[in-house]
Amino acid sequence: MAWNEPGGGNNSRDPWGGGNQGPPDLDEAFKKLQQRLGGLFGGGGGSGGGLSTTLVLFAFGAAASVWGLAGFYQIDEQERAVVLRFGEYHSTAQPGLQWNPPLIDEVIKENTTRVRSARFREIMLTQDENIVEVSLSVQYVIDNVKDFVLQVRLPENSLQHAAKSALRHVVGGMTMDLVLTEGRARIATEVQQRLQDYLSMYGTGIRLSTVNVDDSKPPTQVQSAFDDVIKAREDEERVKNEAQSYANGIVPEARGKAAREIEEASAYREEVIANAMGEADRFDQLLGEYRKAPEVTRERLYLDAVQNVYSNTSKVLVDIESGNYMMYLPLDKLSSGTTTSRAGGGFEINAGNIRELTDAVAEQLRRDMAAQQSRRGGR
Amino acid sequence: MTGRSFTLVLVLALGVFLGSNSLYVIKETERGVLLRFGEVVDPDLQPGLHVKIPFVNNVRKFDGRVLTVDSQPERFFTQEQKALIVDSYAKYRIADTATFYTATSGDDSRAASLLAQRINDGLRNQVATRTIQEVVSGERDLLMETITKELDEVARTELGVEVVDVRVKQIDLPPDVSESVYRRMNAEREKEARERRSQGQELAEGIRAAADREVTVIRANAYREAEQIRGEGDAEATRVYADSFGQDPEFYAFTRSLRAYQDSFQGSGDVLLVEPDSDFFRYLKDATGGK
Repeated sequence: MAWNEPGGGNNSRDPWGGGNQGPPDLDEAFKKLQQRLGGLFGGGGGSGGGLSTTLVLFAFGAAASVWGLAGFYQIDEQERAVVLRFGEYHSTAQPGLQWNPPLIDEVIKENTTRVRSARFREIMLTQDENIVEVSLSVQYVIDNVKDFVLQVRLPENSLQHAAKSALRHVVGGMTMDLVLTEGRARIATEVQQRLQDYLSMYGTGIRLSTVNVDDSKPPTQVQSAFDDVIKAREDEERVKNEAQSYANGIVPEARGKAAREIEEASAYREEVIANAMGEADRFDQLLGEYRKAPEVTRERLYLDAVQNVYSNTSKVLVDIESGNYMMYLPLDKLSSGTTTSRAGGGFEINAGNIRELTDAVAEQLRRDMAAQQSRRGGR
Repeated sequence: MTGRSFTLVLVLALGVFLGSNSLYVIKETERGVLLRFGEVVDPDLQPGLHVKIPFVNNVRKFDGRVLTVDSQPERFFTQEQKALIVDSYAKYRIADTATFYTATSGDDSRAASLLAQRINDGLRNQVATRTIQEVVSGERDLLMETITKELDEVARTELGVEVVDVRVKQIDLPPDVSESVYRRMNAEREKEARERRSQGQELAEGIRAAADREVTVIRANAYREAEQIRGEGDAEATRVYADSFGQDPEFYAFTRSLRAYQDSFQGSGDVLLVEPDSDFFRYLKDATGGK
């Protein structure tokens, strides 16, 4: 009877082990249980055989239900889990409520839908032995969770290494100008290809979703020189624009002046022709009348003209045979007499005092200007 | 009764002890060797639960995943004796557990340091036969392939390790050389900036000169045209005068002279000394006019 009981206990291990032998940890627990059972046997003697069997069954039942309940777990929609049975790959668990026997199976969960990202900022050599600084960001998801968990130690660390290597490789094959300007997109696609190749070769189970070159710039030591080139480009444009504006300013002005000159010339032409025609007409008409009575007309014209001349000018009639004696003519008095009578006022304006007046005004202006400048300089 | 139960406990304890010592698990990520008194009997244990004889058999487990060796940056010389600082890493995986166990006694870090040494030797040799240009850009793939292949052969036979890949993370110039590269880059940029500026000046001067030329040409053309127009006017006027005055040149001279006299002696400041024997005064002395 007593031999059967432990035998029954041995048999009851079967549901735990699923037909297999239990792992070492189970053995520990079992050992303790056995010790307690042994104590009961020792204390109770032969009297309590039925009681101890019930107790043992109860204890086993409780342990089995705790163990069974511990096997339930939940997998989120974002997750997948790798199930290892006795260390061997068993299956990949899908989202939902799952049960796997604890202690026998090991469940490793990983978020497979979240897009992870990594950033790098590296200073590196280009093909033409210049140095550039490139920052790169990589976004990736776990594509194959089995590989991710089982194939590589620290897969994300591998990604870091591989990304740096790929980036340097690609940039090393390009000239600096290309890297700094339109080559960025090309860097991104080539790095993505190369990096994905590396990651697949290592079996990391990682799939790249995007690779992006955030920034590519010359190192800080030469940044100012690069900026100066940009400024020089602007200067070039500015100087050209200034020259263009100068050209745009003077050419139309010159065209305007040219038009004016031509207009003036046309005006002159019209003027002289009109004048000539007018004079010619006048002469023609006068000639027509003159021919009717030449003598009288000639006399009249002559007298009219001479009268006109004499009436406007001062004249001295010298009714003396010339060369007989010296004649004194006070010409300056004659002319001054006429001017005095003409002016007829208290204040005389002549060339002399106008000059004096303008000199005085000019002197005053000069002094004012000087005073103003010295005051401005003083400030 | 007491003796029986004691025996039972003893048997149970023995069973548990033997069970825990005879069962072992090889995980999917692991590789293992089974030893019998230190001698390798099963060099490649598959993942799963296994049985061994306690005290007789012994199990050694190693990490069977792809592992990384990250070697220290080292200074290498290229064919043209230029120094480069090269930092590399290698990916490897245990291929032959028995060889691995005998070569490294199962120690990862020992394997890694042995590999790192060999990688650096390989790199030194490869870099030494190439120019800096080839190392940095042209032949990187070839370089890496060669090293990977060489290293793989050696590592397989000697360490029981498969080299998956060798990659150069970093190829840089030493700091003092970098400084001179920066200086060169600065000089190149200054050159470009100066070129840009003087090109701008050149173009600007060209634009200005072209504008000035255009202005001069416009002025000259305008002058030519204006003079032509004036000439036309003068010619036309002259023709009109000649046509008209040619009818009686003597009368024209007479009338024109009279007008000229009147225009000349208009100012009252003029003083005429007149002898009264001119035609105008012929009646001044004589009522008959001297006839």
